[in-house]
Amino acid sequence: MAWAETINRHLRESVVWYGGLGLLAAQVARNLALPPHYLKLVAREIDTIGVRSVTVALTAALFTGMVLALQTAVNMARFGAENYVGPVVALSILRELGPVLTAILVGGKVASGITAELGSMKVTEQIDALRALGVNYVKRLIVPRMMAAVIVFPLVTVLADFVGLVGGMIVAVFDREVDPYLYWNTIAYWVVIRDFLTGLVKSLVFGLIVTLIGCYNGLATEGGTEGLGRSTTATVVQVAMGVIISDFFLTKLLLILFW
Amino acid sequence: MATREGEVLVEVREVWKAFDIKPVLRGLSLTLGKGTTLAVMGGSGSGKTVLLRICDGLLAPDDGEVYLFGTRIDNLREEQILPVRRRAGYVFQNAALFDSLSVFENVAFPLREHTRLSEGEITDRVHRFLALVGLPAIDDLLPAELSGGMRKRVGIARTLITEPEVVFFDEPTAGLDPTNSRLVAELIAELRRGVADTAIVVTHDIEFADMVADQMAILYQGRFVEMGTPAEIHRSANQVVRDFLAGQLREG
Repeated sequence: MAWAETINRHLRESVVWYGGLGLLAAQVARNLALPPHYLKLVAREIDTIGVRSVTVALTAALFTGMVLALQTAVNMARFGAENYVGPVVALSILRELGPVLTAILVGGKVASGITAELGSMKVTEQIDALRALGVNYVKRLIVPRMMAAVIVFPLVTVLADFVGLVGGMIVAVFDREVDPYLYWNTIAYWVVIRDFLTGLVKSLVFGLIVTLIGCYNGLATEGGTEGLGRSTTATVVQVAMGVIISDFFLTKLLLILFW
Repeated sequence: MATREGEVLVEVREVWKAFDIKPVLRGLSLTLGKGTTLAVMGGSGSGKTVLLRICDGLLAPDDGEVYLFGTRIDNLREEQILPVRRRAGYVFQNAALFDSLSVFENVAFPLREHTRLSEGEITDRVHRFLALVGLPAIDDLLPAELSGGMRKRVGIARTLITEPEVVFFDEPTAGLDPTNSRLVAELIAELRRGVADTAIVVTHDIEFADMVADQMAILYQGRFVEMGTPAEIHRSANQVVRDFLAGQLREG
């Protein structure tokens, strides 16, 4: 029964993966309090994760906003609702696309980087060296990255939200000849602060999930350079899947809680 | 907490360890007293490194008890083991230097993490320990720029700088050319009379073991088949030991 064995193996692997992810999360929670000089590491991670990912996230946001405006303007005109381009673009971006696209793009970049870095430390025994020197590697390597993610993802999402709205406006104004005042005014009228905040909550959760996946796959790397390549690829896929799938449940949860 | 002469620093009782379904250690026990250097020998794949990692709490055994400085560590969490492990040192086979840090920062690392020494004191100490392992002041080089032998020495300096009460050496002479291998062996033999007087040395190099060991143990099929002073080991009538000494031992 080759197929039964394959299924069995896959099941076991996913139990190990989810279990490992959960255990790492618990370890991070236990080690949250950082000694002062590790705060420098948080700052360094914010630089690595955030500052260097802004361009990617914002370019994507700009074009997403533009294409959204293009699509909604053309298709909403069918219902005679062209004036609502602004709110539709804004709601889509603030509630959904801003946080999700940022998490997938920045997350994919950041998490695969983390996996590669931690993974090569793992295969060259540098993580064991830290442990042997009596250093809490979770505190030193994982917690700063998680903390940085909690700060960076919402911040980049705010920027992406704004740039996305501007992108929408550019198309609305120059392509569809919508009055810019009307564009912002309808947004201000229909969109409430809750729409913006639920997006931020999402991005925070995505940041945690994405970084956790990156860290876990790095630490779980085995089998030298080849294993390193495997786990980095796995991270890219799992980050995208993780964001998209958790997005559904998160959206439902937020709708139940805050509608 | 200083340790007294003769006090038991490392104790392993009836330890079992398997990977997947392959048993590596099968009910192995050892005790290491202060001032003793134990050489654990065996063919490659016999579980020597696994045993060393279990002694330092880097790996948990499946069954059995492990005591380091009298504290039972096999049932502790990583965070709880850390303060105990800080009193021991581990020298990795491939040195495991932090490749993004310079030689100086590598050796200074434990001091920066665990002490509040001033920059001047750290510099003094790092240079003293680099000199101790026979290296000139090569502070700014990166690990990638060093030869295998030098890397090993830097690794030893990094481990010894906190003056651990027990040092675990994993194959210190493996992967080096004969000259360097002899030099590292001489270094460890010399350190034995100073900062690293209590140690477990894992090796398959008999000549080296003869140089440094007070006690020798031959690991075969997950157990010690023979344990004793080097003289006793060389006189042993045990066939496995004789095969090993003759360089004819194969792990099944």
